[in-house]
Amino acid sequence: MGDYTVQELTAIFAMQGFSGLSLFSVLLLMALGLAIIFGQMGVINMAHGEFMAVGAYTTYLLSVISEKYFPGFVQYYFLFAIVASFIVAGILGYLTEFILIRHLYKRPLDTLLATWGLSLIMQQSFRSIFGAREVSPGLPDWLMGSYQPTDMIDIPINGMFVLALTAVVTIGVYLLMYRSNWGLSVRATTQNRLMSGAVGINTKKIDRLTFALGCGIAGIAGAAFTTIASTGPTSGSLYIVDTFMVVVFGGAASLFGTIASAFTIAQAQSILEFFISGSMAKVITLLTLVVILMMRPEGLFSIKVRK
Amino acid sequence: MNFVYERFLGGKNGAIGIAILAALIFLVFPLFLDAFRLGMVGKYLTYAFAAISLVLLWGYGGILSLGQGVFFGLGGYCMAMFLKLEASDPISTKIQSTPGIPDFMDWNQLTELPWFWIPFESFSFTLLAVILVPAIFAFIIGFSMFKRRVGGVYFAIITQVIAVILTVLIVGQQGFTGGINGITDLKTLNGWDIREDSAKYILYFINAALLFAVIFISRFILTSKYGRLLLAMRDKEDRVRFSGYDVSNFKIFVFCFSAVISAIGGAMFTLQVGFMSPSFVGIVPSIEMVIFAAVGGRMSLIGVVYGTLLVNFGRTTFSESFPELWLFLMGGLFIAVVMFFPNGLAGIWDKYGKKLTAYFPKKAKPALTQTDPALAAEDAK
Repeated sequence: MGDYTVQELTAIFAMQGFSGLSLFSVLLLMALGLAIIFGQMGVINMAHGEFMAVGAYTTYLLSVISEKYFPGFVQYYFLFAIVASFIVAGILGYLTEFILIRHLYKRPLDTLLATWGLSLIMQQSFRSIFGAREVSPGLPDWLMGSYQPTDMIDIPINGMFVLALTAVVTIGVYLLMYRSNWGLSVRATTQNRLMSGAVGINTKKIDRLTFALGCGIAGIAGAAFTTIASTGPTSGSLYIVDTFMVVVFGGAASLFGTIASAFTIAQAQSILEFFISGSMAKVITLLTLVVILMMRPEGLFSIKVRK
Repeated sequence: MNFVYERFLGGKNGAIGIAILAALIFLVFPLFLDAFRLGMVGKYLTYAFAAISLVLLWGYGGILSLGQGVFFGLGGYCMAMFLKLEASDPISTKIQSTPGIPDFMDWNQLTELPWFWIPFESFSFTLLAVILVPAIFAFIIGFSMFKRRVGGVYFAIITQVIAVILTVLIVGQQGFTGGINGITDLKTLNGWDIREDSAKYILYFINAALLFAVIFISRFILTSKYGRLLLAMRDKEDRVRFSGYDVSNFKIFVFCFSAVISAIGGAMFTLQVGFMSPSFVGIVPSIEMVIFAAVGGRMSLIGVVYGTLLVNFGRTTFSESFPELWLFLMGGLFIAVVMFFPNGLAGIWDKYGKKLTAYFPKKAKPALTQTDPALAAEDAK
């Protein structure tokens, strides 16, 4: 990196740092849902990326509908799309838990396989319904353009919007999990399922709602995803391994750990990407994570859980 | 003799199963399939190595590795590197700017052979490498994970990440590995042309013989005291530990052994198919290997061979005629097997097939008239 001046380097770090923040937002939104599900039930949801794609396609559908039938609505549809993505993905998640997952709680490795099967089916459904081509919704004008604090730095507005959305969702999850009665029962179930059942918590209902909530957040991640990239049938599966790493690295069931690890992974990847090729940046990031996890298998921040 | 019968073949039931499978692979397929289809079966049977390795690791050991493709690929790449070096001798590559190195290196402006390619000019080294490279790699992973008691879901995720790392690395380092296309245009093995039909037949039989050797050794391991410990570890790891066994060493051993089996499959794959590419290394092939094992029956060494053949035949047939249906079917099959038939085909056979054979020889007819009231009434008239 010798050929860059200090000023250029600062600009590069600022811009790569910001593009890292966009990646961070999507990773964090994905990982929040996955961490809730994994931390709560020990279930590995391989179809999580596809729930994200459900959100993205919902947003796309709404944009097509509003462009066609309600042209005046185009400026605002995106806010509704976020809510709709959450609801659609959440309902699908609820059904998945009811039909598939709840039969497999005793066999966590098998949930991994069954949800992989589900992800294949969902990917093919996207391909049959929306076509193999990547689609992207028309963005409202207020999401276009960029903000330029200096000549060299150029920060896109949609990135800032996604970041703000992530912050709102994260705070929402925090309040829900740590400041509400429902969150209290979720955390109680995580720590000791048997005792929670004994004090009158309906742990099965908690499981189902938690799973739906996790999938719903993945749906929001999908809506956010549409503003920074186009959506194809396999878009979700591209992020799933990274998301798993975020969850495992951060320590399951730790909200702060998830945020910290999503931030570290996204920043490391996007800043490295500028100096070496994208594939090597990914290799180095993942390899470092694997080595760290080998030394500290429980992740960065973990809470003790009685098995 | 009795020792061999009980321990390697697995008693009467095991011996019958092996005899049927051997008849199918050694007689039926070569007699009734043309060279092209037989080549396909040979390719599928190389996946069966990986499926067998998962029986040991996952079915008996309870360790789910989503990275068996890594070892399959390592074995395959070791073999492919040797064949590629033989195919790119200075005479046949004289149009390149640097003759004598593989073509893809020349395209990527490499002017000399990278250091880790040089030993692969020797065939004996290559054979050793096919076994040792995956074994050492598996030992490093296994040692660092199992000694720290990482297991279950975490292990699955980390092996999956390793599969991703290796794929990205192979694709990214085009000059050293051939990139996304892999190592192609493999021609001869020590001067013997592996592309001819006669060579394909011979390779098919070598592959099948190796497959049976692997089944015998695996059966020997599973019927030994070690096999019992493996099962005990899967079900109650802590109790085995409290009984004074070092659980992690056993796990490391089974992981290394399964890596070697998969690698042998990978090397045979390269020989039979004539190329190796990163599409046999990553997440998708690794999980497909788990599907083969799950469909065949994760506890059955013979069952997984059938499972592998069945899933692959299904894929070939369906993706020729209804490509869009295949993923639905595959996904549905996966969910159905996991939810309803956790022991796969072998489990179904144990449950229903054995009853069938018990009835078959003598009581088939009277049983029918007795159980079917309509027929009995007919007889009375």
